[in-house]
Amino acid sequence: MLELTGISKQFNGRTILKNLNLQVTDGKTLAIVGPSGVGKTTLLRIIAGLEDADQGEMTWNGAKTTSEELRKQGILGVVFQNFALFPQYTVRKNITLAPTLSGTSQADADKKADELLNQLSLTEQENAYPSTLSGGQKQRVAIARALALNPDVLLYDEPTSALDPALRDNVADMLNQFKQAGMTQVVVTHDMDFAAKVADTVFKMPIGLEA
Amino acid sequence: MNYIGEILPALLNGTWTTLWVFALTLVISIPLGILLSLGLTKGTKNPLAVAIRWILNCYTWIFRGTPLLLQLIFVFYGLPIIGVVFDRNSAVIFAFVLNYAAYFAEIFRGGFQAVDRSQFEAATVLNLTRWQTLRYIIIPQVTKIVLPSIGNEVINLVKDSSLVYVIGIGDLLRAGNIASARDVTLVPLVLVGIIYLLLTFVLTMVQKQVEKKFANFD
Repeated sequence: MLELTGISKQFNGRTILKNLNLQVTDGKTLAIVGPSGVGKTTLLRIIAGLEDADQGEMTWNGAKTTSEELRKQGILGVVFQNFALFPQYTVRKNITLAPTLSGTSQADADKKADELLNQLSLTEQENAYPSTLSGGQKQRVAIARALALNPDVLLYDEPTSALDPALRDNVADMLNQFKQAGMTQVVVTHDMDFAAKVADTVFKMPIGLEA
Repeated sequence: MNYIGEILPALLNGTWTTLWVFALTLVISIPLGILLSLGLTKGTKNPLAVAIRWILNCYTWIFRGTPLLLQLIFVFYGLPIIGVVFDRNSAVIFAFVLNYAAYFAEIFRGGFQAVDRSQFEAATVLNLTRWQTLRYIIIPQVTKIVLPSIGNEVINLVKDSSLVYVIGIGDLLRAGNIASARDVTLVPLVLVGIIYLLLTFVLTMVQKQVEKKFANFD
């Protein structure tokens, strides 16, 4: 279980997060919801280790830890709002690059990529470059790239915001499939309907914080 | 034709000088420019990094803001006044590398800053090391961004190499100029022009091929 306690963060004297406590239960999906500008993405970035909290601590299965340690242990995977795929590489290379650079053999990385490409209906796009993909395809590649490192917890930043509304239900189905497979997920979203479809627990960000 | 045959060895000898100035400057100044661009790129507020950035900004301002000819004269004729003496070839390479590295540093700085921050972050969350991030994620993207500007500078370098005549090095232009003055004919200068055009034509073709290699991604 991932637990955050007393997380606070200020930007330029403005309080974004104040003494937040959060628990992410194994195998469950937690949705962090709230309107724009309340610090949902900041909170996700703190969990991912892309921002430092001013105060607070993190534990993993009861042991005190940091995002950096979790990342180095391959516990966290992140799917960015804009997907952040590597434009110079094909879909397959996007998926296999990090595992091979971290020591996995090319054969094993390719085998895992085959599974993910098949699971996420990307087999036909394996040699395509990101610029030629649709938004939904890009998102699936971003998810496959994160899953290739076998994370325990997958973090999503606004997974529906860059997609056609018609694709929203597909994303919800996909996240629910991952949950059934035992994946722990944290989803930041401003979309309450989407949160209701995927989340076991909804964390509402407090609004109206003052410095 | 006989006349061309007579002066061609001297011109080719001068071309060799042009080529080594070109090649040596390029081989040293591009890696140096990449290294300096990392120091020029805004990021950390660490006082040492800020001080290095300030010094590098002064360096690029001076070397891009004054003529290469002045820099060449300063290094070869000026520095001996304060006891720093270079031989001709070293003076050329020293001045050319400092000048071109300043341009390349600014070009690469722009290239690094044009790469979306999320690319660095994606590499971070995928647990890539700083070197792996640069080598596999950032530099290929920066290379595509800077290729047209680098191509222009490379072609400029071929032409700028003619400035070495000012410190008495026998390059292509000097060889043509001597032959033209001696024989009172335009033919050597026309040949010099043709050789420069051939050199820049080859470089333009190489540039196009490299750009084609990077054309498969946006």
